[in-house]
This record gives sequence, structure tokens and C-alpha cells, in this order.
Amino acid sequence: MLMHPVLKLIAQRLALGLLLLFAASVLIFVGTSILPGDVAQSILGQSATPEALANMRRELGLNDPAVTRYFAWLGGVLQGDLGTALTNGRDIADSLGGRLKNTLFLAFWAAAISVPLAISLGLLAVRYKDRWPDKLISAVTLTTISIPEFMIGYILIYWVAIKWRLFPSVAIINDSMSLGEKLNAIAIPVMVLTLVVLAHMMRMTRAAILNVMQSAYIETAELKGLGMLKIIRKHAFPNAIAPIVNVVMLNLAYLVVGVVVVEVVFAYPGMGQYLVDHVSKRDVPVVQASGLIFAAVYIGLNLVADIVSILANPRLRHPK
Amino acid sequence: MTASEVPLDNLRHLYETLVEVNPAGEVEPRMAESYEASADAKTWAFKIRKGIQFHNGKDMTPEDVLKTMQRHSDENSQSGALGIMRGIENMKVDGDNLIVELGVGNADLPYLMADYHLMIQPDGGMDNPGAGIGTGPYTLEVDEPGVRHGFTRNENYWDADNRGFTDYNEVLVLNDATARTAALQSGQVNMINRVDPKVAALLDRAPNLSVKSVSGRGHYVFIAHVDTAPFDNNDLRLALKYAINREEMVDKILRGYGSIGNDMPINASYPLFDASIPQREHSIEKAKEHYAKSGHDGSPIILRVADGAFPGAVEAASLFQESAKAAGIPLEIKREPNDGYWSEVWNVKPFCASYWGGRPVQDQMYSTAYLSSADWNDTRWKRPEFDAMLLEARAELDEAKRKAIYSKMGMMLHNEGGVILPMFNDFVDGVANNVGGWIKDPNAELMNNKAPIKCWVKDA
Repeated sequence: MLMHPVLKLIAQRLALGLLLLFAASVLIFVGTSILPGDVAQSILGQSATPEALANMRRELGLNDPAVTRYFAWLGGVLQGDLGTALTNGRDIADSLGGRLKNTLFLAFWAAAISVPLAISLGLLAVRYKDRWPDKLISAVTLTTISIPEFMIGYILIYWVAIKWRLFPSVAIINDSMSLGEKLNAIAIPVMVLTLVVLAHMMRMTRAAILNVMQSAYIETAELKGLGMLKIIRKHAFPNAIAPIVNVVMLNLAYLVVGVVVVEVVFAYPGMGQYLVDHVSKRDVPVVQASGLIFAAVYIGLNLVADIVSILANPRLRHPK
Repeated sequence: MTASEVPLDNLRHLYETLVEVNPAGEVEPRMAESYEASADAKTWAFKIRKGIQFHNGKDMTPEDVLKTMQRHSDENSQSGALGIMRGIENMKVDGDNLIVELGVGNADLPYLMADYHLMIQPDGGMDNPGAGIGTGPYTLEVDEPGVRHGFTRNENYWDADNRGFTDYNEVLVLNDATARTAALQSGQVNMINRVDPKVAALLDRAPNLSVKSVSGRGHYVFIAHVDTAPFDNNDLRLALKYAINREEMVDKILRGYGSIGNDMPINASYPLFDASIPQREHSIEKAKEHYAKSGHDGSPIILRVADGAFPGAVEAASLFQESAKAAGIPLEIKREPNDGYWSEVWNVKPFCASYWGGRPVQDQMYSTAYLSSADWNDTRWKRPEFDAMLLEARAELDEAKRKAIYSKMGMMLHNEGGVILPMFNDFVDGVANNVGGWIKDPNAELMNNKAPIKCWVKDA
């Protein structure tokens, strides 16, 4: 049977993604297994007695060989069973679900603000290329991307939360809050994330469009007497979409998997904080599950970027 | 507050122990109404208070207390109180009393019963220890580990005159020190624990809050195994003890939120402390003298340290290294990762940095870390005469005699022990000005984690 080449490409990409995910699972498992110290020790802490340690190791199955544990784990994951957290005995899939929802909630709002903002700022920069708006936009966004995100977080906390008392500094949200209350709680982290991802997307938009603007058909459009913004919108932007989508997806992936520091600074109950807490508690099943989900999100979003750029490119869409 | 303290705080909301140690360091009856000991301190009777109900409406009975104690003394349990329970030979219920019989007399048994592991649960918590059903002033409302815990007042609480003033308490888990201070400054929370000493003085200047510090029994230490070369040489140990600059450490590491140590794990916060024991001074001359006498070959002395050993541990080790250098002692710092520090370095390697949280009484501190048979004898201090004194003091009900024995034990460690103890750290908490009822409690942070159940919030 002959497949449409695009379908075939997509199928290939999907298969590759799965393979990558599998490789990531091996790395995660090996990585977490060779860490010094074990979970029994870190649950009981400095106050562990040898008997209590031995009892706990037996109960947690830490005495089995690593390969057995890996396949038992992988088998569980394939059936949607991520195991139970060693430290509090809760089902990981349950806790993780809530945390993932929160992380996606934060990422969604950060993306909803930063993506349109970055693209319009990029377009503006192209429109006023080499004039002061362009330079101002570049200077500001490059400054914010150059400052470490926790620093931006602390600066905003100082001014927005402590001095002006506009928004809270601790972004703890829960299900009983209304949407308005939740947005109020995450206002500062969203600002931080927006400032962090803005420059990358803005610069890429600007560069991609400028690149297209050199083409002959833009000159034609100009000669037709079209306005600058209209040329950018109707002719340049559609042709620059592939690189822009790529960088947007990369930044979306960052918003999901890279927010660890921001979540910790604001005590936001998302995946990152969950991961950090359980790394320090040496709760290996949780770390493995979180690592796997992060890997899946990252691979998934990159896959989407790939597919979109394939679809956006007529040469790939209609091969000879 | 930080995650590591949250479980303690949760326990204080929900449960109570037989007795508690109050801020003055005395034993105060709670679930027990009174207690008495036989003359040899071997048999103890705890009279269980009547008319107290668990959150589920059941009456609290002496049987529940007995079952709780039995659960923690099970050899298969993972209870942190197992070590405490091991000294108990037999327990039984006699009318309203819980009778505890010990193999060896122990005048401090009530202090042991105040251990936070020994929270009284219905039926001893045999069926579901995590149910959150206790006799405490609050009941569990929200339970999101690692995020927040909410507690509503137990309207049926037996001691409502003294505890449980607020309608609802919420404990937020804020591991990041800056997030904690910011939350307090912006008025989102009323109190925080573990204020970073580096910022405490600055934070105290904020108008709407104050920083409260109380000297406790916790201490930062450098511990050497006295049975391993070169630390088996007491002159070398003394050289190191004289070389360390205690004042500088309290000043630079604790920023003044602490007090200098004297190479014994006991300070004035303990009952029966002997204040007449001379303080060891920082003396380069004496350090040189003892170092020369030790005949050490001049090879580097490895001190292992990690950031997590205690706050500022790496910096403290560098200060130690510098002052040792002045005395010609070649101290070399080896940095270890925080990961696995407590399993691979502490109590394993011969010389490293560590901390102790302290215990309510001297007996417990010494039995935990300086008795020959102690699991956590992290200086390998094995002296039969020391053990004998400890047991003698334990069964001695005459306080003057006990104090004299403890003083001798302290001096012994001071002169020969493997523990180099430069400083005792204060508990530093931040409290908003609208909090009422705050008192100093040297037992632990946030008034021994009882601040949320003993304080109230004043109307603005």
C-alpha cells in the first residue's frame, strides 16, 4: 500500500519519538539508580537505625536487582501505573495528574501572553527595523532573557508583592479557587516566564521575517504599492512560519519542563516543585515518573513543531 | 515553613502525647493527668486523663495509650521511637493508669514519653496510623503533601482555654528561604520558620513583623572518630579544639544568632547544666603545643563537608582551615555532595561536619550519641566508665548528685572527646506583628512547632 508521503513522514517521526522516549526511560532509570544513598536512608534521615533501615528496604523492594526493577517499572508505566510514592504512599499517577494540570495551567497562561506578544513585537521590530522601536524592543527583551529567571522572580516579588502589594508572592493554587483567584495567584510567575521566553521568540520572528523580506516577491509587493505591515502580514509571515513555529514550540516545551526554578521560587504546586521535593527526598519512583513525563512533553512538542513545519512547507507537502 | 518541619507541625495540630516538655524545660502532663515513679525509678505509673475524646468521637482510654506504645515498640516497626521504647520491659493497664516497667531505672522517662513519635492514637493507630484521628486541638481539613495542609478547630477540644484559638490554620510548604521571607513580608503568612541568619537582621527592620530567636540545644559540630588514626591521638584532637575560632564562627556563620560551644553537646538550655565548666578559648599557642606533642607526620588531615551538613558548613570549614593553618595544622577540606551525605559520609568517614538537633535532657543526648552501644555514636566514643556514669545518673533521683555526674561526663568529653563543637545555633523564626501569644520555647522551631496551636491573630 502506498502511503501519502506526508503521512509516512509523520509516521516516521512518531516512531522516532517513541524510540527516543524509550531511550530516555532507560537513561532516567539508570541515572536514578546510580545515585548515592538510597530512599530508605533518606526517608528515615539522620535518625535511621539499622533495623528500621533493613525493614524499610525489604518493604520497598530495594533488594531486587536493577534489571528486574526496570522491567517491572516499565511494565507498570505501559499500563498507566506509575507506582506509589515511597515517601507518602500515595499513587503517583494521581498526584502527578494534579501537578501536571497546574503546570500546564501556568504554561498555558504564560504562552497565551508571551506568544502573541513576542510575535507582534517581532513584527513591530521588522516594521521599524534599525530605528528606535526595534532597538528598544531588542534591548529590553535581551536584558530580561539575560537575567536568571529566579532573579527576575525575586525582583518582581520585591516590587510587585512586597512594595506595591498588587499580587501575592506565593502562588499556591487549589481546586476550590475561582479562575480569577487563580489568575491573581499566578500573576507574578506568569510575568517572569513571559519575560524569560519573550526574547527568544521575538528575535526568531524578527530574523525569519527579515530573511523572507529579502526575497524578490516582497519587492514585487512593495512595487505594487502595498503598505509595510500588510506585506509583512500577508506575504512575509506565512513564509516565515516554519522557523517561528519551531522556536515557539521549543519555548512551550521550556514553559512545561523548564519552569522548575520558577515553581520553586513561587512555591507553585506544579511538576517542577514536585520533582525537586522528591529528588531531595530520594523518592525514586516519583523522580522517574516526572522525568518520563517531562521527556514525553519535550519530545511531543518537538514532534508537533516538526510536523507543522512539514505541513507549512509546500515543497514537503507536494513532493514531485 | 520548610518541608522537613511540616510533619512535626501537622502532628502538633492533630495529636497529643502523654506528657510534653514545656518552654521552661519541665515535663507537663497532657494525656496523662499526673505520673509517679517508684523509688528506684524503675516503675512508672501514668494516670490517664478522663473525658477526652478523639476526633471520631471515641473516648480516649488507657488501652489506646498502651496500644500506641506497643505499636512503637514492635521490633518490626520503622518507628523512630524504637530506641526509646527498647528500655521498657513491660507495659500494662491498671485501672486508670498506664504502668511502665523498666529494666534499668530512668529518672527521665517522662521526657522520653514526650517524644513526638509517641502521639496517642485510637487503638494505638494499629489499623490506620495515617488517618489523622487524634485528640489534638485541630482536625485535618486539607491534606496536600508538599503544598499545604489545612486544619479546622476541634470544637470538642478538652483544653480549649489554652490551645486552638484560631478557627482555621493553614500550613504552606515553602522550601525556598526567599519565598518564605517574601510571603511573610507581603503579609500572605503570619509566621515562618528558619529565617536565614544572613538576612535576619535586615528582615527584622521590616515594619510589620519581627524576627524571634531563641537559643536552643541544636549544635553544629566537626566530629572525629576517636578510634581512627590520626584522631586516636588526644593531643591532635586538643590541637584542633584549640585551633578553632568559635567567636568568629558564631559571628560569621550564625551572624550572632547563636552561642559558642565548649566541645560538649550540652549547654545552658539543658536542665542540670553545670555552668562552672571552663570555656575553651581559641589559642594558637596551645594548638601548636598540642600539635607538636601529637607527633603528627604533617600529612593533610581530611575534613569532609557538604552544604547540607549544616547551614554554612562549607564556609565554617574554610574558617576552621584558616585558623588551623595559623597553628601549622594542615587541614584539608574535601567537599562531598549533599546527596547521600548522611549515609555515605556522616557516621562513616573519620572526620566530617554534622549537626545535632539536641534533646530535651542530657541523658537522652548522651544516650543517643555518646553511649558505647549507641547506633549514632558518630565519634566512636566508647568508654565503659562514661557508660557507667550515664546509667548511674539515669537512675539517680537526687538532682544535685545527678548534676555532679553530668558535669564529670561533660568534662570528659570536653577534654578527650572526638566532638569539636564550635557553636550552638538559635532557632530563628519570623512572626508578623498581628500574632499574639508568642513565647520563647527552646525546644524547637516555632515554639516547639506549637505556635500555630497556641498563638492567635489580632484584628488589624
